Amino acid sequence: MRELKILGVLVVFTLLVYYGVEPYAHSKMHHHVEPANFQFNDLKAIDYKGDPAKGKQLIVNAGCTGCHGIKVAKIPAPMPADAAAASFGVAPPDLSNVGYLYDAKFLKHFILNPAHTFLNAKKFNAKKPFPMPGFYGVGGDKNKEVSDIVAYLKSIAPKEMEAKETFIAACGRCHGVKYDKVTQLGEMPKFKSDTEKLAYELKVSKYKEHLLKYLAATPPDLSIIVRAKSKEHLETFIDNPQKLLKGTSMPRVGLTKESTEKVISYLESVGDSKKVERESLIPKIIGFLIIFTLFAYLWKSKLWREVH
Amino acid sequence: MMAEIRKAKGIMDWLDQRLATETLTKVLMTEYWIPKNINFLWAMGVILTTMFGILFISGLFLLMYYKPDTKLAFDSVNYTIMQEVYYGWLWRHMHAVAASVVFLVIYIHMFVAIYYGSYKKGREMIWISGMLLFVLFSAAGFSGYMLPWGQMSYWAAQVITNLFGAIPFIGPDLVVWIRGNFFVSDPTLTRFFMLHVLLFPIIIIAAIVFHFYSLRIPHVNNQEGEHFDFDEEAEKYKAGKKKESKVIPFWPVFLSKDLFVVGVFLIFYFYLVGFNYEFAMDPINFEPANYMKTPTHIYPEWYFLWSYEVLRGFFFPIAGLKPFTLGLLGFAIANIVFFILPWLDRSPVVAPAHKRGAFNIWFWLMLIDMIGLAVYGKVPPNGVYVLGGTDITPWFGFTFTVGFFILLFIALPMITIRERKRAGGAK
Repeated sequence: MRELKILGVLVVFTLLVYYGVEPYAHSKMHHHVEPANFQFNDLKAIDYKGDPAKGKQLIVNAGCTGCHGIKVAKIPAPMPADAAAASFGVAPPDLSNVGYLYDAKFLKHFILNPAHTFLNAKKFNAKKPFPMPGFYGVGGDKNKEVSDIVAYLKSIAPKEMEAKETFIAACGRCHGVKYDKVTQLGEMPKFKSDTEKLAYELKVSKYKEHLLKYLAATPPDLSIIVRAKSKEHLETFIDNPQKLLKGTSMPRVGLTKESTEKVISYLESVGDSKKVERESLIPKIIGFLIIFTLFAYLWKSKLWREVH
Repeated sequence: MMAEIRKAKGIMDWLDQRLATETLTKVLMTEYWIPKNINFLWAMGVILTTMFGILFISGLFLLMYYKPDTKLAFDSVNYTIMQEVYYGWLWRHMHAVAASVVFLVIYIHMFVAIYYGSYKKGREMIWISGMLLFVLFSAAGFSGYMLPWGQMSYWAAQVITNLFGAIPFIGPDLVVWIRGNFFVSDPTLTRFFMLHVLLFPIIIIAAIVFHFYSLRIPHVNNQEGEHFDFDEEAEKYKAGKKKESKVIPFWPVFLSKDLFVVGVFLIFYFYLVGFNYEFAMDPINFEPANYMKTPTHIYPEWYFLWSYEVLRGFFFPIAGLKPFTLGLLGFAIANIVFFILPWLDRSPVVAPAHKRGAFNIWFWLMLIDMIGLAVYGKVPPNGVYVLGGTDITPWFGFTFTVGFFILLFIALPMITIRERKRAGGAK
């Protein structure tokens, strides 16, 4: 009985210390931030039912394909990624899957006013303009035209994307994942020689230099970001980076809830690749220890009966 | 003269003739006497030995793959060990969590000794060697924390090595000597690696042996602080009066209970290893060291927080001394003050705190004060609590810091001098 009382005191004080230095202290370090809602509430709804056929025309007429490729429509990228980065700071994305990745309302606003929608407009000015110009319209109602473009992008987008594919398309032009051999230029190819490898590394290195100029920061490698940041933190951050890191160069990219979850699940599969093994092995070790402890208790009771 | 060697009756006899294993077993195990009147708090030593064993063995496995080079360290830990090597993650989680919970057990061990008065009347060397182990474990913890070369590895090293710069005359040179460079960098990592995997483990093992040895003459204390003749009680036990005797042999009786307690503790430990490890493996250290990017909050591991808060607890000049100087002095004193605890306690009374009146109140205040220091050691130092427009945040740490010194240097001697007088000076 006395031993249980002592154990109670130990447990209470241990929990008190734990509570104080972990949840309590951390709650005082970080301001409370509303979690992600994927609604982009600061952007007004643009409610037009777009016409994909018109959108298809518009995309060519408005000059989008001067910088962007659309693989599914057999429109190749005008420049290879590394050369494009040299001109723009970052390679413009292929538009085949943006209809899947991004929220429709977000896309409309982004096409109209890119830097503003990214929420990192402060990084750009007349001297250093955002690489993508806003859409000026081709004569009609801009909102309607932009809805047509988005309708077209939705119509060509895949219905489903793999987690890794989602990450590479949505984040991979700025962030590498070296533990999964993913660089800003995509999946690392197999090299036949050292020269080939060095040439590739040089390309990546140059690409990163352009990125640095463009964003004034090198986007971190995300290999084990899931061990550094919680899932909730990542969701909130992706939904609106400024909320958690005011002044960051990281743009709000407008990922839907679904694509955000895919991105995070990919990062989990790379950054915490042993999670399944961990969560199945440890209970077995604990099971063994419970049996060990029971036998130890029986043996102890037997011996101590002789001395008490 | 060489012993006479006969034809051995078996392997044990063969060994005994050459190594006196029978006598050795008696001395170390079956006739090493421990008081019977104890509770499970007396198992902390064996838990600590077990945890040190886990740290040592897991450390050996980690050492096979770790690369002490600033360009390779982070990936060797987070990729090679955590992802590529079979069960590398297990060894790393075990090592990191053990390094943290070992301090929980050390603190329990220390507070148990304070509660039962097990540091005085002949037991001073047990206490001092234990404190030495505390300091050595702290050094091992600090040097080990640097090795993964994450953000907090780097910035903690930066902040702590910088403190030596405040030592008069030699400070700035000393900092460069410790770092092996003008700033924390590759030579710093490599030398702390050497300390962590070679020098500290060797000294720790020696100190553990010394700590065990220091128990031999004064013997282990018991729940009531009762003084008795161990030889007499041992004779009773050997004569078969096991129930009547006040002692039990280390093996198997004492250890049988310890094994049970160790089992319970390991269940808790492996739960932490698998499911609640962030307190010991801070998420921020999973970001690679970046000397260009200072983290918003720099704080040490939880077990250093109380002394860290003493360091930053002073925030205004007192008696012409700058807050930083005061903090540093306080920090230096806090880290060694427990060595002299046997002399700050002026009373010869060895008894559990609940039978010592004012000392009992002192004990719990001390515990709460140190927990308070630890908590405010992690809470940001400014702007957290605002009362009527004034930032009162720094006053919390200041109060606990001042409380710490008053409790140790004023309250404890006063309480125990009174106790000594009441006990009639001799007991």
